[in-house]
Amino acid sequence: MDAFTPIPALLGGVLIGLASAILWLGNGRIAGISGIFGQLLPPAHTVVWRLVFLVALVGGTFAAAYLIPGIGVGGPAGRPAMLASPPAWFTGGTIVWVAISGLLTGFGTKIGNGCTSGHGICGLARLSKRSFAAVAVFFGVAIITVTLTGIV
Amino acid sequence: MSKPTSIPYLLTAAVSGALFGVGLYVSQMVDPLKVLRFLDFTAIPTGGWDPSLAFVMIGAIPVMFIAVQIGRRRSAPVFASQFHEPEYTRIDARLVAGAAIFGLGWGMSGICPGPAISLIAFWPPNLLVFLLALFVGSYAGAFVLPSGSGGRLALAR
Repeated sequence: MDAFTPIPALLGGVLIGLASAILWLGNGRIAGISGIFGQLLPPAHTVVWRLVFLVALVGGTFAAAYLIPGIGVGGPAGRPAMLASPPAWFTGGTIVWVAISGLLTGFGTKIGNGCTSGHGICGLARLSKRSFAAVAVFFGVAIITVTLTGIV
Repeated sequence: MSKPTSIPYLLTAAVSGALFGVGLYVSQMVDPLKVLRFLDFTAIPTGGWDPSLAFVMIGAIPVMFIAVQIGRRRSAPVFASQFHEPEYTRIDARLVAGAAIFGLGWGMSGICPGPAISLIAFWPPNLLVFLLALFVGSYAGAFVLPSGSGGRLALAR
């Protein structure tokens, strides 16, 4: 088995839950990253807090990699972060593969109203029927995709 | 109560964003290969499956569940006039299609939107390609589904 790391995953999950709780009880906003990211452009009228949140998210990741080094990827003691290479059968090149993946992720989360954070954490915690459906579908399709493409 | 540009409101967003970023690093959700190994159920029979990231949800959901329960006893959040809880509750074709398309994209790269942003901290090769595509895809989606809860609700009715 590849390195099984339940304790950091659990602690990281608690921190993500805490972050979502603070945004909800403080500002009444769902910590759904695709929603926060996807409404940066007009006609959105609440751009400032979204930018503050996203910049702080990058800063938090960066700082943590230095303060708590060597957990996984990133920072001075971690393995270098890398995107996955496309499966061997795909001859279109890494950039095309990554671009298609990003397009589908952006488009799908927009019309599906959320991603792993908005549906997967906030929505499930709110016991939203829509989020239970969305999580079942995107997890199912992602697992099938990994299986069929043979990317890992 | 205060405006979305008030100092306490923005500080709350900053603290939440920073904690979220720390959580993504600590949990290793920022590692696309780790995410793909979590999604690789074909490795279960050989014992090669890495189920670690299931613990991210196990850690996060109860904390947020408690916050939601606390919120239900309040008329408003601390620094804003209302809870922006999604009002639309029907499971429609758009939700299912959107989730399926996202699942396809996620399974191709192991990168969901949160880690996509937090990976900026480590700037791996080709991340820029992913981020630009994410932005274009999201913007294109806005033509199918209006941005903001008001527009979505109007469309649904």
